[in-house]
Amino acid sequence: MSSTDVAQQHRAFVEARGLFRSFGRTPALRGADVAVDNGEILAVMGPSGSGKSTFLHCLAGIFKPDQGEVWFDGRRIDDLSEGARTQLRRRAFGFVFQFGQLVPELTSADNVALPLLLNRESRKKAYRQAGSWLERLGLGGLEGRRSGELSGGQAQRVALARALVVSPKVIFADEPTGSLDSLTGEQVMNLLVDSARAEGTTVVLVTHDARIAAFADREVVVRDGVVSDYSRAGTGR
Amino acid sequence: MSVPNTLLGLLEREPSHGYDLKREYDSYFGRGRPLPFGQVYSTLARLARDKLVAPGEAEPGEGPDRKRYTITAAGRQELETWLANPIEPEPHLQSVLFAKVVLALILGRPAGRYIDAQRAAHLRRMRELRERRRRGGPLDALLADYAMFHLEADLRWIELTEARLATLKEALTR
Ligand SMILES: Nc1ncnc2c1ncn2[C@@H]1O[C@H](COP(=O)(O)OP(=O)(O)OP(=O)(O)O)[C@@H](O)[C@H]1O
Ligand SMILES: [Mg+2]
Repeated sequence: MSSTDVAQQHRAFVEARGLFRSFGRTPALRGADVAVDNGEILAVMGPSGSGKSTFLHCLAGIFKPDQGEVWFDGRRIDDLSEGARTQLRRRAFGFVFQFGQLVPELTSADNVALPLLLNRESRKKAYRQAGSWLERLGLGGLEGRRSGELSGGQAQRVALARALVVSPKVIFADEPTGSLDSLTGEQVMNLLVDSARAEGTTVVLVTHDARIAAFADREVVVRDGVVSDYSRAGTGR
Repeated sequence: MSVPNTLLGLLEREPSHGYDLKREYDSYFGRGRPLPFGQVYSTLARLARDKLVAPGEAEPGEGPDRKRYTITAAGRQELETWLANPIEPEPHLQSVLFAKVVLALILGRPAGRYIDAQRAAHLRRMRELRERRRRGGPLDALLADYAMFHLEADLRWIELTEARLATLKEALTR
């Protein structure tokens, strides 16, 4: 098969095909598929324990699936080496999780600049970009505050700035508002969605919360390690 | 939305003609569903009959809009009672969804698939409301939020029902 055939077969920006993944004898994914377009915001819903987080980790190249393929931007990524996947994650992907992703002893600015420093940007540029994202997310003035001393909503906005600062192609978010009250959660989601739309960033968002899922263009539901796509099936789209 | 009580409320602010009342009603509460003139005048007539509002002297001119209406003491009392008493918590869609699920299970039809279709429809509606909320002002947001929280309640019920389908089926087909 020529490379153009391959590219045409995998037209979606982020695509998973037939993913299987077990933890010991617990199957978490049993043939999970998804196709996400460039610039699309996709919500991944489903009951607790259905495999949402495992699926997200496989899509983002954090976990290797036992079986199946993950493609990103026309390239197969599940069979890349650990080092190559780490590079890809640092440069092309941004991550927002429910909590625990900021280094509490570091300031907001340090936390946001960190991914750029890991990508070998100059300190000056890294901190300038960090400052500008913090400002954009309404955190101007909190650059020097240690992140352990931020409120939950502020911390999630710092985490968002940290995800956005590398100008990622895709943001993977796992229950990014899970620890926030409704109003604060909405504010964080508005910032995430507005920034992603402005930058043309693709978003894969895991949430069990329908109000949060409604920020997305479309939703899929994971059940027992399999993905169903009713938003496409049900409407004749 | 209770039109008579809402008109009473608007009249408590200041006496008004039917036409101005309609305009005010539409701007606060109409949200794309304006109040027909006929309903304004018939409602005012009923409120006047019940002595909750008092029509002023007919002013010179043509048409039904020649009177200015003022709220009465009884009207204020009625308004206060309506505002202060909570409304009956409505069971809403629940009975229809319930009937669908039970029927599907009894008939051996794919209840899970119906539930999935319902979830998708609820989420589509949720997205429309989210969009309306984004485009509109704070009043639109307030209304949209109300509808969204109701949808959310339905969705929680949908999730729970789905998780219990096997147990339900067993109970119903025993
Ligand atoms: N590191 C792990 N070790 C062992 N089992 C795991 C691990 N991670 C996930 N699992 C199991 O895999 C299955 C799917 O888990 P996963 O975390 O993907 O679910 P989830 O849909 O994200 O759930 P939740 O909504 O509760 O976060 C579950 O049965 C879980 O117990
Ligand atoms: Mg999870």
